[in-house]
Amino acid sequence: MADNDAPPADERAQEAYEEQNVHEVYQQIAEHFSSTRYKPWPIVERFLKELSPGSIGLDVGCGNGKYLTVNKDIFIIASDRSENLVRIAVNHQPHSPIVADILHLPHLDASFDFAISIAVVHHLSSPDRRIQAIVEILRTLKPASENHPGGKALIYVWALEQKNSRRGWDKGDNQDVMVPWVLKNSSSKGGSSDAPKTFHRYYHLYEEFELERDIRQAGGRVLESGYEKDNWWAIATPSNE
Amino acid sequence: MKVVTANFMTCAVKGCKASPASFPLHFHDAELELQELDFQAEFIQNIVPRLDWNGLQVTANELGFPKIPDTKPDGDALNDEQTLRDLHRLLLETQVMEGKLKCGNCGHEYMIKEGIANFLLPSHLV
Repeated sequence: MADNDAPPADERAQEAYEEQNVHEVYQQIAEHFSSTRYKPWPIVERFLKELSPGSIGLDVGCGNGKYLTVNKDIFIIASDRSENLVRIAVNHQPHSPIVADILHLPHLDASFDFAISIAVVHHLSSPDRRIQAIVEILRTLKPASENHPGGKALIYVWALEQKNSRRGWDKGDNQDVMVPWVLKNSSSKGGSSDAPKTFHRYYHLYEEFELERDIRQAGGRVLESGYEKDNWWAIATPSNE
Repeated sequence: MKVVTANFMTCAVKGCKASPASFPLHFHDAELELQELDFQAEFIQNIVPRLDWNGLQVTANELGFPKIPDTKPDGDALNDEQTLRDLHRLLLETQVMEGKLKCGNCGHEYMIKEGIANFLLPSHLV
């Protein structure tokens, strides 16, 4: 697979493209991926720790579930598209993660105090699908009322502007990229070869202000946003217009 | 899947969400397992106000649990240790390991296998 395989233009084809270039890859690399993802990112940690006891919310695209235990006084309904990652995430008691799709979340409207979606929305392969993903997250949050400030979502995406990172991308580069994941010792499933296997995941690299724009297009209001270690992040709430 | 989680789920089909029949989802052929967890009274006290009590009654009944109180415990009742321990057992320690969750609106069944519920939709329902 070439590095510049652009995502297709048709919606059904985009779904199949993500199936092959995102979902299937995470299924394959789940265990190794999980072993490299254990440290919570500071802004996510802060967001979760500031929630009041008894807050109930979502972790959409929870991966191995590393954020589930940050704040023991809240309850998180975590989900991921990859069943193999959910199998790892279920070990974080008392939460019980499920398999679900970010574009079709199995939750009621206007019910939750918070949501996090960390390094997930950038895996959707068209502007429409990325905005729809944010619409779907915002839909589940409590709207603001006179007495309540409304639910808040923290969304994190990979940044195009990361010239000091290992990948070295920067402003002006192609935003739709295939990123290799090298899986060493793929011996778990009957394979006798110890040669490393390389998988490619699709990412849309967000440029400055693009996340805020997508949130507004999705009907959200940006409360706070910023850049942290090669990622853009924003805290959003459903807009009451 | 834990009973508490079921209280926050509905059908993944967009058109079902507006229908009251899509909540709660209905358990069928459920196989349960008890997984003991440390009892934390405050945690239960904190989440009980957030539960949909009618939904929990339906779920508890479908899973063959003894009847839970008719109304959601609040005030003093939320300080009663036995009440909290019973809820801890039902909400957090009871795992549905195998079975189905069925939408009362569209009839779609979501499978639960090895304790994990799968809400991915077949392409004709997307």
